[in-house]
Amino acid sequence: MTQNPLRVPALIAGLALLLPLAGQAGPDENVLTIEDQTIGTDVPGPEGGPLDHLYSGWRFRTAETQSLQTDDFENPAFTAVDQAEELWSTVDGAAEKSCESCHDDAATSMKGVRAAMPKWNAELGKPHTLETQVNQCRTDRMQADPWKWESGQMLGMTAYIGLQSRGMPVAVQTDGPMESWIAKGKEIYYERVGQLDMACSNCHEANYGKMIRADHLSQGQINGFPVYRLKWAGLGSIHRRFKGCMSNIRAEPYKVGSDEFIALEAYVASRGAGLSVETPSVRN
Amino acid sequence: MFKRHAMLPVIVLALCTAGAVSAGDIAPADIEYKDGRWIEQPLTDVAGDPAAGRKVFVNRKLGNCLACHVNSEIPEQPFHGEIGPSLDGVGGRYDMPMLRGMVVNMKNALNPESLMPGFYSLDNGSRTLEKFAGKTILSAQQVEDVLAYLQTLK
Ligand code: HEC
Ligand code: HEC
Ligand code: HEC
Repeated sequence: MTQNPLRVPALIAGLALLLPLAGQAGPDENVLTIEDQTIGTDVPGPEGGPLDHLYSGWRFRTAETQSLQTDDFENPAFTAVDQAEELWSTVDGAAEKSCESCHDDAATSMKGVRAAMPKWNAELGKPHTLETQVNQCRTDRMQADPWKWESGQMLGMTAYIGLQSRGMPVAVQTDGPMESWIAKGKEIYYERVGQLDMACSNCHEANYGKMIRADHLSQGQINGFPVYRLKWAGLGSIHRRFKGCMSNIRAEPYKVGSDEFIALEAYVASRGAGLSVETPSVRN
Repeated sequence: MFKRHAMLPVIVLALCTAGAVSAGDIAPADIEYKDGRWIEQPLTDVAGDPAAGRKVFVNRKLGNCLACHVNSEIPEQPFHGEIGPSLDGVGGRYDMPMLRGMVVNMKNALNPESLMPGFYSLDNGSRTLEKFAGKTILSAQQVEDVLAYLQTLK
């Protein structure tokens, strides 16, 4: 291990065998089973995409963190999910409606919704994220105040809606009017930014599976969002995570809810096409 | 470390404004390269201090070198990253001008696509946070200190 693998190719084969002991050079082999449902965390990458294989972020976490996600009673996100289930049928706003008034049982009406987000909205002339869609229903259809992006209500509701798609493959639209958004997101993904001069791809494409200090780098997939992060002691949105990654490399993050982050979300979703929705995931 | 800085107020100033270029230092734009990559001339007049360099190496807000490199000379710190090669024995593999070229700006020295940040370069990515704009990650003296430390890794 004192040799430099880049300079001593003859040793590479030997090192590959040793590395799993030193850290984890890649995703682990664990299988995610939640409430008797086995969830695929590993699928072939979309054709023509940059990744041969897609792995859920779950496969890169420690066994302790992983186990929190295998049982809904242990998953700390479920406090917020349970509250959101109540909110679903709570009347709010001048129109005196609840989500349930129009959408009935979320288990039926919201099935598959998370898997297809962000989704083109012709009226709006841009894609809806789950957050903007929920708020549009609140303001336009319930005449209620919008929820803040990172508020407890919004995180709980997006987790509750996401849960209805658990196990379904991510399948975001990439053609038609979404094409230019995906292209913009791709540009952002590969742009080196910040004082540390790095792109998302440097960590999540070129180096996933390796340790960066104490963190085991994943592919930066978003199939588990909103995720419960132990570090945040709560749920956090996709855009919050994007923001954190940009700040870490000393770059000015785009605004939560901005067109740039919506484009990036759409592109990252397309990179994970075929992975199963795992909302709400648990991360460290 | 304190002693040296107490005697040289100029350096103290440089550290306070972390990363700003101070009098006596060679500014990033004025560095003279050999073969376009290596740097023979030290960036400051004060010889690097390996003990100070070891601290810069570990500090997450400064070198944070352990984020990407294994270094068995620092066993007390858990979690060494594996993005770059192990730095064990690196002082024996490269001479000082090469090490200086790599730490100042790996993208210029070896690999234009390198993930290793340029620690004394103003060639940053776009959207650099305002408080870091126009500043290098390390001061000239911190680079010299790290280099003195790397030389001890034989
Ligand atoms: C007055 C009726 C009404 C209320 C109340 C309402 N919605 Fe909607 N919602 C709609 C309509 C209409 C659509 C658009 C359906 C379509 O485009 O197919 C929609 C769409 C949605 C979608 C997108 C579904 C998809 O297939 O992409 C989500 C998510 C959603 N609503 C969530 C909510 C939530 C959460 C609430 C409560 C906070 C709520 N809605 C309240 C009428 C309502
Ligand atoms: C310096 C390396 C680095 C860069 C650059 C970086 N990230 Fe991350 N990112 C991490 C680390 C470390 C984590 C936490 C461990 C993991 O899941 O990889 C993380 C986590 C994530 C996650 C959560 C994944 C999950 O399964 O919970 C997403 C999503 C993400 N990053 C997206 C991005 C995007 C988008 C960019 C570019 C704007 C980016 N990252 C840039 C290091 C980086
Ligand atoms: C974000 C990851 C990252 C960080 C942080 C980082 N490096 Fe590196 N380093 C690399 C990579 C990757 C290489 C391999 C060179 C390349 O990019 O081709 C490397 C190579 C090196 C080498 C050459 C090693 C050899 O044997 O070829 C030295 C010396 C070095 N780094 C020193 C440092 C020092 C000192 C620091 C802290 C001040 C540091 N690095 C911080 C990623 C990093």
